[in-house]
Amino acid sequence: MIVIRLALQSLRARWLTALLSVLAIAFSVMLLLGVEKVRTGARQSFADTISGTDLIVGARSGGVQLLLYSVFRIGNATNNMTWQSYKQIAELPDVAWSVPMSLGDSHQGFRVLGTTPEFFTHYSYRGDQQLSFAAGAAFSDVFDAVLGADVAAQLGYEIADSIVIGHGLGSVSFLDHGDKPFKVTGILEKTGTPVDRTVLVGLGAIEAIHVDWQRGAPVPGQNVSAADVRAMDLTPDSITAMLVGLKSRLAIFRVQRAVNEYAAEPLSAILPGAALQELWGLVGVAETALAAVSAMVVVTALIGMVTMILTTLNERRREMAILRSVGASPRTVLGLLATEAGMLTLAGVIAGTGFLYAAIAFLRPWIDRAYGLNLPLSVPTWWELTTLCGIVIAGFLAGLVPAFLAYRRSLADGMTVRV
Amino acid sequence: MRFSWPGSPRFTLDIKRFSVGNGERVLLLGPSGGGKSTLLSLLAGIVSPQKGRIDILGTDIGRVAGGARDRFRAEHFGIIFQMFNLLPYATVIDNVLLPLSFSERRRANVERGGTPADEACRLLERLGLPAGEIGGLRASSLSVGQQQRVAAARALIGRPEIVIADEPTSSLDRQRQKEFLELLFEETGAAGSTLIMVSHDERLAELFNRSVRLDEIAKIERSRA
Repeated sequence: MIVIRLALQSLRARWLTALLSVLAIAFSVMLLLGVEKVRTGARQSFADTISGTDLIVGARSGGVQLLLYSVFRIGNATNNMTWQSYKQIAELPDVAWSVPMSLGDSHQGFRVLGTTPEFFTHYSYRGDQQLSFAAGAAFSDVFDAVLGADVAAQLGYEIADSIVIGHGLGSVSFLDHGDKPFKVTGILEKTGTPVDRTVLVGLGAIEAIHVDWQRGAPVPGQNVSAADVRAMDLTPDSITAMLVGLKSRLAIFRVQRAVNEYAAEPLSAILPGAALQELWGLVGVAETALAAVSAMVVVTALIGMVTMILTTLNERRREMAILRSVGASPRTVLGLLATEAGMLTLAGVIAGTGFLYAAIAFLRPWIDRAYGLNLPLSVPTWWELTTLCGIVIAGFLAGLVPAFLAYRRSLADGMTVRV
Repeated sequence: MRFSWPGSPRFTLDIKRFSVGNGERVLLLGPSGGGKSTLLSLLAGIVSPQKGRIDILGTDIGRVAGGARDRFRAEHFGIIFQMFNLLPYATVIDNVLLPLSFSERRRANVERGGTPADEACRLLERLGLPAGEIGGLRASSLSVGQQQRVAAARALIGRPEIVIADEPTSSLDRQRQKEFLELLFEETGAAGSTLIMVSHDERLAELFNRSVRLDEIAKIERSRA
């Protein structure tokens, strides 16, 4: 009791250095917890990229690769799947819905996805959140386009603007589909998923802009006007991938096997959740590095605090001798310094946690909007609590170093200290 | 009784026999570095002799285990240093009350007459300090002379049997030395405490009813190990 009061009074007398130590610990704790929050938030956002879809089907390849090009729009499909296969899989008895996806073109570096309007109702993310329109509506005409939030924001497009789709995937396109411009009919709300960076058009549109092309280049002399194209049959020969929803999740493995053993062409069906897990395993090394760095920052802050206490030790030799003279045992002296360190650490931990939660509470909507990162303002997890307790204990133990020095000195000095 | 400080150069204090009666006021005289403070540390049980015994109030303090020795010191001793007696960050009142946190008996002694804070104020007033004005100040804001009086109040609170003073007046001028000692005598007398004070200043001897030169009772050896 007296130990705590003395430690408090002693700290109050050295409030500036004490405050700086507390702040250093607070910021390090904030960093450690913040990294953990972002880590779990990022993992969650990542896992939430696509939900509600039971299977993704594409040309035979690895699960991660299929996921990367169909959902994250990274890399290319090794091969396409035929429209024939799409129809057959879509008509399997277990299949509730299916959405075709056709990739391969881009607009100023943003991928263009050819799909059907069902995409807007079946693609969901973060649990069961669905795509919604910030402005306008889904495409209805062949040459209508819907823009992801980032596309519209970065390129400054608005409803009814006209855009030209470039052939291929480069940000500067040497060949474009300038003869068939698109009209922006809708802009999506920010989702924090790759949809934000996608231009969505109808499946028929992809067919339409390539109708007078062969082997990746326009055929000279053959120019079909946009008006003429509308009259044509725009059913594609092939698509890149398809999203499949099943009537019952129990059928997942049955349908997956049926697709994998599909005789007409080599196809793969993947479970998005499993593939996301696999992909996160690859990305996850970075999160371990981050966690290690922030743990080291905490250690640094604790060392700083011990240094602060150590530097005051010499001027406090007298204090120790006084305490001994009024009957304090060396153990009380030890306890005084260790308690001081413990209280500094505790204050730092509490302040750091408070700062972080305040920061999350204030910045949460902004972080979600800017980075698509949903940081839940939840009660501290078990991991967080044990870590915080661990830090306080570590601070207390670190305080034993100067405390033990003071203890040794107070034994040797007796009352004969000269200051 | 024989005691050596550990380390080098070796300093050894060797006393055949020395005794102080209850309620006596004894002045121990000796030059600086002559083992006076060592003797006080031994009496207060902060260090223990390697050989022989130190009998205090019927207890051989050298044989008492560390924790119990600290408690014994808290119960029976009031100690005044040469200077820097107070915890600079604590208030004057808290400094005076400090021993009561470690000694139940002295707390009980005080509480028989009122609250500890009242007793602290009474002692401060008796020692010529305006307790109402300075009681709540931090100890570091007082002058050296005032600090020594606060230290005396701390040594006296709860009526310990023995008050030990290690050159308490060396930082005061001649006039204030006398004043301080008279107040100290008055209060130790009122508390019925024994006062053992060490000093190098022989002129103080006339104020004590007994004065002893340390080199008359002790043999001091210095050797390089």
